Amino acid sequence: MGNFIGKSVKRREDARFLKGAGKYTDDIKLPKMAHAAFVRSPYAHAKILSVKTEEAEKADGVVAVFTAKDGCGEFGVPCGWQVDFKNGETMREPKHPLLAKDKIKHLGEAVAIVIAETLEQARDAVELVEVDYEELPSVTDPKKAMEEGAPLVHDEWENNAAFDWCIGNDRAEVEAALEKAHHVTEMEYRNQRLAPNAMEPRSYIADYDVNGDKWTLYTSTQNPHLIRLLLCAFALGIPEHKVRVVSRDVGGGFGSKIYHYTEEALLTWASKEIGRPIKWTSDRSEAFLTDAHGRDHVVKSKMGFDKDGKIVAHLTDEYCGMGAYLSTFAPAVPTYLHGTLFQGVYTTPLIHLNVTAPFTHTVPVDAYRGAGRPEATYLLERIISKGAQEMGMDPAEIRFKNFIPPFDGVEEEGYQTQVALQYDSGNYEKALKRGLEMLGYEDFRKEQEKARKKGKLLGVGISTYIEGCGIAPSAVVGALGARAGLYEVGQVRVQPTGKVSVFTGAHSHGQGHETVFAQFVADKLGIPMDDVEIEHGDTEQVAFGMGTYGSRSLAVGGSAIIKSIDKILEKGAKIAAHKLEAAEEDLEYLDGKWTVKGTDKSISFGDVSLTAYVPHDYPEGLEPGLDFSSFYDPSNFTYPFGTHIAVVEVDADTGAVELQRFIAVDDVGNVMNPMIVDGQIQGGVAQGVGQALLEEVVYDEGGQMITGSYMDYAMPRADDLPMIETDRTTTPCPHNPLGVKGAGEAGAIGSTPAVVNAVVDALAHLGVTDIQMPLKPQTVWRAMQN
Amino acid sequence: MIPAKFDYIKASSVNEAVNLLDEHGFDAKILSGGHSLIPAMKLRLNRPEILIDISGISGLNTIEETGSEVIIGANCTHTQIVNSEVIYKNVNILKQAAETVGDVQVRNRGTIGGSLAHADPSADYPAVVLACEAKIEVEGKKGKRTIDAKDFFVGIFTTALEDDELITAVRFPKVAHGNYQKFYQSASRFAVVGVAVVHDGSGVKVGVTGVADTPYRATAVEKAYKNNNDSDAAEHAVDGVEVMEDHFADAEYRTHLAKVMVKRALEA
Amino acid sequence: MEITLTVNGTEFTRDIEPRLSLTQFLREHLDLTGTHIGCDTSGCGACTVTLNGDAVKSCTILAVQANGSEVTTIEGMAKNGEMHPIQAAFKEEHGLQCGFCTPGMVMVAADILKHNSKPSEEDIRHGLKGNFCRCTGYHNIIKSIQHAAETINK
Repeated sequence: MGNFIGKSVKRREDARFLKGAGKYTDDIKLPKMAHAAFVRSPYAHAKILSVKTEEAEKADGVVAVFTAKDGCGEFGVPCGWQVDFKNGETMREPKHPLLAKDKIKHLGEAVAIVIAETLEQARDAVELVEVDYEELPSVTDPKKAMEEGAPLVHDEWENNAAFDWCIGNDRAEVEAALEKAHHVTEMEYRNQRLAPNAMEPRSYIADYDVNGDKWTLYTSTQNPHLIRLLLCAFALGIPEHKVRVVSRDVGGGFGSKIYHYTEEALLTWASKEIGRPIKWTSDRSEAFLTDAHGRDHVVKSKMGFDKDGKIVAHLTDEYCGMGAYLSTFAPAVPTYLHGTLFQGVYTTPLIHLNVTAPFTHTVPVDAYRGAGRPEATYLLERIISKGAQEMGMDPAEIRFKNFIPPFDGVEEEGYQTQVALQYDSGNYEKALKRGLEMLGYEDFRKEQEKARKKGKLLGVGISTYIEGCGIAPSAVVGALGARAGLYEVGQVRVQPTGKVSVFTGAHSHGQGHETVFAQFVADKLGIPMDDVEIEHGDTEQVAFGMGTYGSRSLAVGGSAIIKSIDKILEKGAKIAAHKLEAAEEDLEYLDGKWTVKGTDKSISFGDVSLTAYVPHDYPEGLEPGLDFSSFYDPSNFTYPFGTHIAVVEVDADTGAVELQRFIAVDDVGNVMNPMIVDGQIQGGVAQGVGQALLEEVVYDEGGQMITGSYMDYAMPRADDLPMIETDRTTTPCPHNPLGVKGAGEAGAIGSTPAVVNAVVDALAHLGVTDIQMPLKPQTVWRAMQN
Repeated sequence: MIPAKFDYIKASSVNEAVNLLDEHGFDAKILSGGHSLIPAMKLRLNRPEILIDISGISGLNTIEETGSEVIIGANCTHTQIVNSEVIYKNVNILKQAAETVGDVQVRNRGTIGGSLAHADPSADYPAVVLACEAKIEVEGKKGKRTIDAKDFFVGIFTTALEDDELITAVRFPKVAHGNYQKFYQSASRFAVVGVAVVHDGSGVKVGVTGVADTPYRATAVEKAYKNNNDSDAAEHAVDGVEVMEDHFADAEYRTHLAKVMVKRALEA
Repeated sequence: MEITLTVNGTEFTRDIEPRLSLTQFLREHLDLTGTHIGCDTSGCGACTVTLNGDAVKSCTILAVQANGSEVTTIEGMAKNGEMHPIQAAFKEEHGLQCGFCTPGMVMVAADILKHNSKPSEEDIRHGLKGNFCRCTGYHNIIKSIQHAAETINK
């Protein structure tokens, strides 16, 4: 541990946010900037009979109105991941047009863009665009989408399947083991659709400069370089070196700002057409209708146990909705980010998951905080608890029985799962023991018993999750269908005065990279944190990068920076040796200086830096300068894990659930900044609790969204949650230089089943074994009646 | 989100506001706190051509006590009601309801007159107004009149106000013993069910909101309670009422909640 | 129409459309972009400012309604470059992550502490009902407000 690593250093980015001086995209105003608004479909599925724009074009302040009949009609946004059918047939990849031309495929799909001098004028003119639709029957449920005769989302194929997929052991073998199992627990449920709801709505400004024939796109994205690549190479076919993408302050992402959205490409195209900058900021209604949603799995699963409660086999079939088009990462979510976690933390010998991924008449579904792993964890942690309940076992006991034994990934080998991956290191029982201790498990059970006698319904729920993050080894994801590498880039530029500028391809939208990255850079170089500046979010500053998602920033992005620091120190040692007239191997680097071992002869980092840029007295043959860029491609995913425990009380009269305690013991490997890790966990837990108790996107039979505002989409408010009790175990990641695993999604992955398990536990004596999320009072009350 | 264009006039007297209403009829809307109206206008669900801002009219934002009543000006905010000593002492049930409205920012702007005139079927005040048998003072082209609470709520978002009338005050009889129980809708925090029970010398008066498209007096409960003086009367909470449904509460569950909330309010 | 109001101690007069919200007025006409739009329909609280001393959701107030009023925004909280104790406490307790809801949180926290100098956890949760935070789970926001109360009471 150095001066900063492992310390709760306060965040340097806070001052600007706290003073209202953050610069989010919508805060930017450019000279001559026009404003855009969209004409969006009020139907989920419809034929477009005609679009009349004449009145809108004549309206006050209108600069232009474009429809798919204009030049933009030929373009579409790409999908970044290919998952082919089990039988080898290629994934069905419909064109995802910037504007709908003949047919509407989801509610809120854009038909026209109106550009005007002011936002008010643009909004007014939207109402003057006349669109004639012929409404068609729609399907929004993924399972129903695969039924015979379901309305087709894309007419070019005979059914709605985008692809199907399976992973694990041979299905017949798994089925045979289930036949022979002592007990089989079954579950059938829906992992409901969620709206990510980053508090900052998506916002874009495209600015075409006619003189330089260059574009600048200001965008609220989690990965500016990826957007540039997708925009240039796939969406519009414009030269990548002529496009600058800037994404400075971003108000939360949770996955929803990874993807390349149609509006980004359309604004970029339109900006050249009108020769002016154009801004569009989504309003909240549009966000519900057009931001990629999360989850939406319809699940049927069976887990077999032997008489001691050891899991013998696990078989699952899922329908995972893709929405109307394939969003950037969508095919990866219910497959490689999901099926590969079906081992959980258990020694299950036989596992099979079968996925069918249909199109539905809904907004695309893609990664949302956890992306596939929350869905896997929910299933595993619910079904093992349900199994315990059915067999009369304690939910902690059944977990201890099935845990993979501890392994550090160094002395003991990594754990090879039945579902392709090899876990890096883990000590699952330790986290559960710590969680139970924090709760006072034995005492709680006594209290619960007493409370029941008084008619008070208390329950405890345990979830012992694992997740795979730090995505990802490029060769592995390439083999799995990714159309990009998932390395990261870190450049360390030492300035002549010894001050350090770090350029990272990772992107901070709340994670605190400006602080955490500076902590370890300062420590590794032995210099003050104030001498280190972290730059991100601008493709003209940062050479390249893959952005932030999948809890990868520190594990992958941090490692890239470490690689560059190693190169800096290696070259610096050559310069130091020359100046000190010593052999390189006689030097040691400590506290910001090279010292000849056993002497007091030393030279500081600053002096070496200056020498590198003023190379008058300099090693022969060595290039001047001290500036290195590195690509880090991880050798494996990282596997954070932990135990989450929820305590609830259910109102016996109304079914209302009160979350009384939440305990989170997380192992995210080494910790750079405990304050920030705790904050990530607390926030993740809140989102996971949101899924368990409150959140769901509901489409009605006609494909209308009935939860399209904060009046109907319930998200956790301050009075829905207790304080989150956090602790940690530390099992370092053996394969990256910082030993870190990632903390961004763990909270959201582990928490949801803990809460549901707790509610089921509270009602167990009434014979309740399962309840459908979200656990609305009505749903819980009804479960109690049956 | 931006409303359609409209004109804005700040009225300096009730008379001026009434004249403007009369002149513009259906195209005009009264603006007080605006916390129901403005969001609806932004979503372009509501597009008045003229807004008549009554927030500056003097005398509409006072809370007065007389011998038997508390008179609350239409422009009194929920916060004023929460903080009023007079209401605390004399119509405590109204304070209880006001505290559950929205959040602190909304309570700082939203007004009792605005809420009643808007007549959202899930709003809190209607239950209290009904149970207290409050009187709604209105003024229009034909002059002033008083509308009994029971006659005020006509249907979903519909009241007994004429097009040229606005609420000027609400008169609450003093209430010694009353209780408001609310089951929150988890997103909007409006009432899935809100029940106001006022005990008077001879029995109870029960106002219910959130259950039907129009708030109502649960007279069947009142009758049963009077006869037996016990909380089993709550079983009659939705007698004769068509119960609303939404994805938070279907009719069966809402009916159950209504009974639970009535029982709790009766027992409080 | 022309309106005059005092924002963070400075008087401004502007000619505006009646349909302009106070939020848009602050952001577009005064370039005070610290007041954010999260939902624009009074559901999320990101636009919270104080109007004549009371916390309000500026998205649901027309700028014309604020004519003649005094408004304080997040930009008016720090004095002489020194952060307000609430702002300082949010930094100290890691009460923010992406920062988008933060201005609204700080402004509503000021309102909570104005009426209650020693709020309990429950009081604070009650006071924060109108403000969404999607990053923090509110845990550290509550600690920040408690911390601020201690500083202010010292």
